[in-house]
Amino acid sequence: MFSAAVDRLRKHGNYSTAAAIDQEPINPSVSINYTQLLIDGKFVPAVSGKTFPTLDPRTEDVIAHVAEGEAEDVNLAVAAARKAFDEGPWPRMTAYERSRIMLRFADLLEKHNDAIAELETWDNGKPYEQAAKIEIPMVVRLFRYYAGWADKIHGLTVPADGPHHVQTLHEPIGVAGQIIPWNFPLLMYAWKLGPALACGNTIILKTAEQTPLSAMFASKLLYEAGLPQGVLNVISGYGPTAGAALASHMDVDKLAFTGSTETGKIVLELAARSNLKPVTLELGGKSPFIVCEDADVDQAVELAHFALFFNQGQCCCAGSRTYVHESVYDEFVEKAKARALRRIVGDPFKNGIEQGPQIDTEQFEKILGYIRSGVESGATLETGGDRLGSKGYYVQPTVFSNVKDDMLIAKDEIFGPVQSILKFRDLDEVIKRANSTRYGLAAGVFTQNIDTANTLTRALRVGTVWINCFDVFDAAIPFGGYKMSGQGREKGIYGLNNYLQIKAVVTPIKKASWL
Amino acid sequence: MAGRHLTAALLRCPPSTSAATAARLRAFGTRVFGTATNVDEPIVPSVRIEDTQLLIDGKFVDATSGKTFPTVDPRTGKVIAHVAEGEEEDINHAVSAARKAFDDGPWPRMLPYERSCILLRFADLLEKHREKLAEIETWDNGKPYKQAYDIEVPMLVRLIRYYAGWVDKLHGLTVPADGAYHVQTLHEPIGVAGQIIPWNFPLLMFAWKIGPALACGNAVVLKTAELTPLSALYAARLLHEAGLPPGVLNVVSGFGATAGRALCSHKDVDKIAFTGSTETGKTVLELAAKSNLKPVTLELGGKSPFIVCEDADVDKAVEMAHQALFFNQGQCCCAGSRTFVHEKVYDEFVEKARARAQKRVVGDPFKKEVEQGPQIDPKQFQKILKYIKSGIENGATLQYGGDRYGSTGYYIQPTVFSDVQDEMPIATDEIFGPVQTILKFRDLDDVIRRANRTHYGLAAGVFTQNLDTANTLTRALRVGSVWINCYNLFDAAIPFGGYKMSGIGREKGIYSLMNYLEVKAVVTPLKDPAWL
Repeated sequence: MFSAAVDRLRKHGNYSTAAAIDQEPINPSVSINYTQLLIDGKFVPAVSGKTFPTLDPRTEDVIAHVAEGEAEDVNLAVAAARKAFDEGPWPRMTAYERSRIMLRFADLLEKHNDAIAELETWDNGKPYEQAAKIEIPMVVRLFRYYAGWADKIHGLTVPADGPHHVQTLHEPIGVAGQIIPWNFPLLMYAWKLGPALACGNTIILKTAEQTPLSAMFASKLLYEAGLPQGVLNVISGYGPTAGAALASHMDVDKLAFTGSTETGKIVLELAARSNLKPVTLELGGKSPFIVCEDADVDQAVELAHFALFFNQGQCCCAGSRTYVHESVYDEFVEKAKARALRRIVGDPFKNGIEQGPQIDTEQFEKILGYIRSGVESGATLETGGDRLGSKGYYVQPTVFSNVKDDMLIAKDEIFGPVQSILKFRDLDEVIKRANSTRYGLAAGVFTQNIDTANTLTRALRVGTVWINCFDVFDAAIPFGGYKMSGQGREKGIYGLNNYLQIKAVVTPIKKASWL
Repeated sequence: MAGRHLTAALLRCPPSTSAATAARLRAFGTRVFGTATNVDEPIVPSVRIEDTQLLIDGKFVDATSGKTFPTVDPRTGKVIAHVAEGEEEDINHAVSAARKAFDDGPWPRMLPYERSCILLRFADLLEKHREKLAEIETWDNGKPYKQAYDIEVPMLVRLIRYYAGWVDKLHGLTVPADGAYHVQTLHEPIGVAGQIIPWNFPLLMFAWKIGPALACGNAVVLKTAELTPLSALYAARLLHEAGLPPGVLNVVSGFGATAGRALCSHKDVDKIAFTGSTETGKTVLELAAKSNLKPVTLELGGKSPFIVCEDADVDKAVEMAHQALFFNQGQCCCAGSRTFVHEKVYDEFVEKARARAQKRVVGDPFKKEVEQGPQIDPKQFQKILKYIKSGIENGATLQYGGDRYGSTGYYIQPTVFSDVQDEMPIATDEIFGPVQTILKFRDLDDVIRRANRTHYGLAAGVFTQNLDTANTLTRALRVGSVWINCYNLFDAAIPFGGYKMSGIGREKGIYSLMNYLEVKAVVTPLKDPAWL
């Protein structure tokens, strides 16, 4: 659960200042040992010999040069995964043995928690405390969760319309291609790997080019835990080259992608054009956070703040449309502004920091562009509105009030620390407005009224409804989107279905004693 | 893989008739065809017995009465240890500790993930102390040490890991309603579970009981069998070392008529699970009904058919039928104790079954090559000999064995009867010893009718290569487990339990969880629902 843990971490500190940002960045102690591609159990350079730099978002300095996988490398990785699936021990060992390897992996991740968290913060810019105390433990927890599923994948015996014995076998789907984003590199790695491995598949995982490091380190540990050669292959590289090659590959049996809606459409198209591999997509969102008139305003302000600003606003499910009932709107706006002003921005390696830099220059510029458009289209800028400091990709916590539904800041996924507060009059209206979007990932509902909660729960066309909470991400709770926020669900028991084929087995029964 | 299959490890190296094997057998002084040879001086186990008290509320304590009872080495009849004898008052203490642990304690309130981690740590500790657990088990029970060490303790570990994985996967449902209602089900722990286990697989039965009960967040009062109290106490110590809060598992050694009865009758116990004889099972159910009608699961006796069809590979079938009956000294509720063989292969089968029984290595269970140790106690020993006598008197043909083995301890010769008729007591009653009864059948209809003509319905073995035969028998047999071309396959995930008077409910797998959960339906009206 993100929210409770963040509550525990939060300390009330000083206002952030540009001066604080411009101090010398703290040097992480972790060394970067794995920068090559991981193919067939070995770290290897790209076939082309190419590398690309991965940058520290605090300083824009290069952390490391990483092997740049392209189509040829993806081909090698797919061949390794194919062989590991078609001939290797992984799908043939007992589920108990697979489960034991995953449990040992979880133990190793736990042991290296702090080193992995340092990598994550260095590469991504997220607060170290958040990585070390929330995210890596969530990764560990998720692997333990799916280790438990490995030996609990049941098929059914099925009633038949005649003298037939019918059963279903839930078989591994085969070679899975998985493409993960940069906002929660290792957590997305776990969401992808956990169910795929539990079901006995082999994998080619492409990391985001902004954050290739933590997945390489973790994968090294997974092999240390006993994963057979070729079961997991990790390719660093770019979407149009490595990603496209993976999505188009004829020997890949399944594709899972987390990222933008725009890229998700391309992924689905490539899958369709090649071998129509089934695709799960976890894409963008513009999730409503609805504060009803009976809500405790202070609590709602805090939660809405968290729902938007968490992880520098770089969450696909960020509560990025804060709908507030008119009877509490002014009070809410005032308090939301005050809360944003108190947000502690700075070097994410410092204790007590709530917000680090954005991931890269492209996102940074895009966010500043949206802020400008908000101002230009007449929303009231309550606080923030500019970069913070003079280097790195820090953006001021920004709050807009008087936002209208048709403004870009209320329609588009900004993926940054920009809160848009909208006003509503009654339930019917907010339901209509909350649903009038192409997205449908998540929603927050803040009310003490049971009827209101139940009505909104069913009416909202979203994959997750958090009632009086937000960003609760237990391993067992499914996550995914309606509409253009995605296809399918990850996590929980639902995540398993993405990685299984169902085989119906039918045979006649002679002299059946019952049917 | 270790421990998947109760007999797999044994089947992997079927005893050979080679000179080397014979030499090995002679070397430890058991005569292969011996009838009255003394079993050698017993090997002294290295393990020290430390836990002999009752485990109540996280502490080892004496019985309130101060009483103890001896637990005996079945190889010699000598006392291993004096164990605290729990009675009604001790049960009351244990139940109130469990009640408190459930009603006020951290166990049902902690995260499922935390409960799961405690069970995983427990499994690691069991694995670490595998040798000691296996020694205690063999000493107290008489089963081959190799079997305890290679098969049973790993199965125990595996089962605890299996249920550790279920802890955080107990899903309720949201339920469609006939009107504007929101309906969901919560699967809640049932509360305080009373569990009574038998002596034939002390540690495994301990695991089958506590695994699902703890996974579901319950508190437990477990009564061990008076013949084998030791291993559960040690395992329970390890579970507390793994972080189990006090009072969540209470272990009471004692007798059925006192401690067992008190547990079954207790008004504060929310559920009873019993494994043992059908006769005692009836008493358990009656006591539950008379007190607070707590739900009861029962895993009782059996007289399981092992059916060898005409197309079977006779050598394989002989070996499997032999294991199905003789495994664990024949002390298995699911023993394949009616070997039905098709008339076409009957004579060959009988001859080979006799030869296989002759080769069975009986002796001190601490010895490596030994397949069969002593029976559990004089009562079982005498009962088995009586059944053998009755078999002879009724006119069955004694092919091999028929008497005690050696002059000390409770060893019995592997015994094989042919020409057994359905109505003979050796074909109708559960003998629970190394006595194989081989019956002849003509066709499928005949064997289906005869296999089902019993009050029991625990398991069945089917030996055929014909798919239709396999499928027909599978559905026709009124039993809880059908093993086709295999036997005694006991994965953690495979449910086990009986039809008819072999029991109520299922243990292991996903099915066992329902025994330890209450289902709460939660209903609330919906205002202006967007869909129904």
